[in-house]
Amino acid sequence: MERKKIYIALIVFLLSAVAFMTYDTGVNLSYVIPKRFIRLGTMIIVASSIAYSSLIFQTLTQNKILTPSIMGYESVFILLQTIIVFIYGDKTFQVVSHTSNFFISILGMMVFSMFMYILLFKRGRNNIYHLLLIGLILGTLFETAGKFMQVIIDPNEFSIIESHLFASFNKMNTDLLLVAGITLGLTFLIGARYIKYLDVIALGREHAINLGLNYYKLVQIYMVLISVMVSVSTALVGPITFLGILVTNITYQILKSYKHKYLLFACCVISCITVIVGQFLVEHVFNFSTAVSVIINFIGGIYFIYLIIKTRRSL
Amino acid sequence: MISFENIKKSYGERVILKDISAKIHKGKITALIGTNGAGKSTLLSIISRLIQKDGGKVSIYEKELSKYKNNELAKRLSILRQANQIDMKLTVRELVAFGRFPYSQGRLTKADNEIIDRAIDFSELSEYEHAYIDELSGGQRQRAFLAMVIAQDTEFILLDEPLNNLDLKHSIQMMKTLRKMVDELGKTIVIVIHEINFASHFADYIIAMKDAKIKYHLPTHEFITKNKLKEIFGIEFDIIEHNKKKICNYFNN
Repeated sequence: MERKKIYIALIVFLLSAVAFMTYDTGVNLSYVIPKRFIRLGTMIIVASSIAYSSLIFQTLTQNKILTPSIMGYESVFILLQTIIVFIYGDKTFQVVSHTSNFFISILGMMVFSMFMYILLFKRGRNNIYHLLLIGLILGTLFETAGKFMQVIIDPNEFSIIESHLFASFNKMNTDLLLVAGITLGLTFLIGARYIKYLDVIALGREHAINLGLNYYKLVQIYMVLISVMVSVSTALVGPITFLGILVTNITYQILKSYKHKYLLFACCVISCITVIVGQFLVEHVFNFSTAVSVIINFIGGIYFIYLIIKTRRSL
Repeated sequence: MISFENIKKSYGERVILKDISAKIHKGKITALIGTNGAGKSTLLSIISRLIQKDGGKVSIYEKELSKYKNNELAKRLSILRQANQIDMKLTVRELVAFGRFPYSQGRLTKADNEIIDRAIDFSELSEYEHAYIDELSGGQRQRAFLAMVIAQDTEFILLDEPLNNLDLKHSIQMMKTLRKMVDELGKTIVIVIHEINFASHFADYIIAMKDAKIKYHLPTHEFITKNKLKEIFGIEFDIIEHNKKKICNYFNN
């Protein structure tokens, strides 16, 4: 049953990928095809890591309307971008290259999450809701700090930041794609070793401990993996807040399974389809007049409101 | 055999457990009783490593809990708590199958499946086997979780108010089931219970807690007396003896 649904999703994914690559290519194939190929690769990497990290995050927190963005990664990312522009102004492009910006962003977000984990896990306060709360508060703090700086800088310089506020797949380069691909591939592999435990963790902390899991260690491992995935994908294209909620909940509804080996894979495929179709619309319907994250956040936001109303009704 | 010594626990200023020690009798049902907030659930959670203790030690067969591997411990000791909210699509059978996780790590063998069948039969859930747990009534769900613990097949079983949500018939059935597990399979059960007559009828020993301490740890018939009950619960009891079991009436006062 699960397998059949996953095969159908895979076929849809392949069709959308082929459509994305071949639709309306024009005559200059040797220019268009490699460009599109890089965008496709980026989308697959980013969409998969957002899906993978969101689904695991929801299992760890036992909450289906949360995503790792509640921990404040995106605020840290935007704050970093703002600080860079704040310091260098209109010389930003000369001083900080795209590549070094990528690594600075990852470093910043990783330092942020490690700081939080060490703060929490070292003191033996192994409560995951504590972690969320601190992340939420720090995230809001960084967000307002970023907003404050954005208000006082030159409007022309603000437009440099603005391009980072919305995720876009149009500004990729091949070197970064390779680095990101390898990093995320490794985290996927490490995560895959513990997939069977996720099914048990989904039962909740008490059942997980009762059934012999080293619950706290597993949560720590997965939180670190999540922070790597979120940092890399955010640094690569920027924040897509609602993608995670959208694709995980679609996956739960379609698959109706509790087995994470199916859920995770299906979620990644569905996420890829969503992003590819979104980008296709951006390129061919909206003629690049909008960013894919705007479309996804619009649809995801509506879906999120629907989910909240639905949960309220069932209470 | 489970024993614990000098267990301490407090949340901030509030002391929940004050230097508690006892030995649980092997192959018996021990009922933990006391008023709300006496520390029963906390004690159970500490014995089963669900929460950290501030001091003291818990041992199974003279070996400290922390010296066991997580997985080994899960084959010897199981716990079922009251709140069992699960937000995922899971059938009764799939839930019960999780009880085999310490043994099979998710890959069920034929022997595992037989044990799961028996646990489902034992809890009289065969007709709901393929129903989703979020579609069951509170009592049925409670029995499904008990079936999971039965499938876990541990020597020591700790239950925190398992009779919650159960109607009278199923309460009696559950207690009979537990009794059978003790008498026929040699399990050791510790159970937090509020209805004193259930404790009086089914338990071998009673641990009565009050003010963060164990006041009494006695065989059931010795404990069930007017004075001791009044001391623990602060209300008057009438005790009637019927078929050699004591029944407590606490409505007239």
